[in-house]
Amino acid sequence: MQVKDLATLEGFVTQTMENGEEGINDAYTGDLLSDVMGNAPDASVLITIQAHKNTVAVASLAGIQAIVICNNRSTPPDMLQAAKEERVAVFTFEGTQFEASCKVACLLGKVDACKD
Amino acid sequence: MQEIPINTVTSPNVILELIYRLKVKDVMTTEVVTATKETSLREIQYIMREKQVTGLPIVMGKRLVGIVSMDDIIQALDKGYINEKAQDHMTRNLIVLEDDMPVSFAINYFDRFSYHRFPVLNKHKELVGMITNRDITSTLLVEINREIEELERRTSTTSMSDEMHGEIHTYSIMKNDFESAGFASTEIKKRLKKAGVVPHIIRRAAIASYELEMNLVVHSDGGELIAEYTPDSLQITARDNGPGISNVEEAMTAGWSTASEWIRSLGFGAGMGLPNVKSVADEFDIESDLNGTTVVCSIKLKSDEEK
Repeated sequence: MQVKDLATLEGFVTQTMENGEEGINDAYTGDLLSDVMGNAPDASVLITIQAHKNTVAVASLAGIQAIVICNNRSTPPDMLQAAKEERVAVFTFEGTQFEASCKVACLLGKVDACKD
Repeated sequence: MQEIPINTVTSPNVILELIYRLKVKDVMTTEVVTATKETSLREIQYIMREKQVTGLPIVMGKRLVGIVSMDDIIQALDKGYINEKAQDHMTRNLIVLEDDMPVSFAINYFDRFSYHRFPVLNKHKELVGMITNRDITSTLLVEINREIEELERRTSTTSMSDEMHGEIHTYSIMKNDFESAGFASTEIKKRLKKAGVVPHIIRRAAIASYELEMNLVVHSDGGELIAEYTPDSLQITARDNGPGISNVEEAMTAGWSTASEWIRSLGFGAGMGLPNVKSVADEFDIESDLNGTTVVCSIKLKSDEEK
């Protein structure tokens, strides 16, 4: 799937997306950025509540293409500016990381139960 | 008519060379399950199920005389002659491939004819194998993988020694400067990318440099991150002016952290930093006293030497 497919998920609000055509084939959920840095797969989407600029730096270094900020936390302007420059997409989402992860898992085709 | 599904004029040579260089005999299955003209269609049905094949060549010695496909079996079941012999119902007009033909021929045949498999004969018209689309796909995947590894290896060796040898970059890192945290690591990553280093090694370098950079931001009174490039490796040194780590052994333990609540709320200070660096680095060394801490790690940049 591509980054832009995330924008089609219910409840996902696009904050910035300069890299809509980039491919995504995995996801990682976590708020400990060191853990994310060490374990998030390449070409993935990160589901987190860490709404600040350093998350973008971690994403960019770890090859993460998109960040989903959960629990309706707001994204500061300097975070979005950095995301734009580093070509990392940022979405916000009202629900929890668990709910966002389920939606992304379905989109990635990782869960058989989602095929309704 | 388009013979193969890629443009033969403008496609990369490596792919074209591949499908012409590979022969049908490199791709085909050589362990072929066969039956004779006397075999009943019922027995053939059982063989198909047991061996998980969808078509069975009918042979006399090594000579191919026909083929019975899944479709023939369904017809036989439908029309009630499943107990009759293969010779009465097998397909006799066969399209075959020769084992010395290039794979491009086989790709073309699958495109032109609606069959799922072709028997393969050698020069003496003996049956030597069967070929399916699946055989072609898996062999091509393996071969393309090998070619790309070779390409990656070539890019990383040539450009590395030419370009980066002897380069040293020093970045000053300020205490609690979360604003520019990650700058040095991003620069290092860009440098490696430009030199054509393979992605998984860039990733390891990025992890090491970012953790060390964040350590300087979070824990030190300020310091510097130094990246030194040689043809074979990247050495990253993180040096600070204190306050020093009171127990290095504890600091190297995953989960052990001295970070404040505020730092933790940002997602850092999980006690993973130094263990992460050590796990991605090929060499790692740490020294600390009251005057400061120095961490030196190096990462080999050539993938074939990775392990």
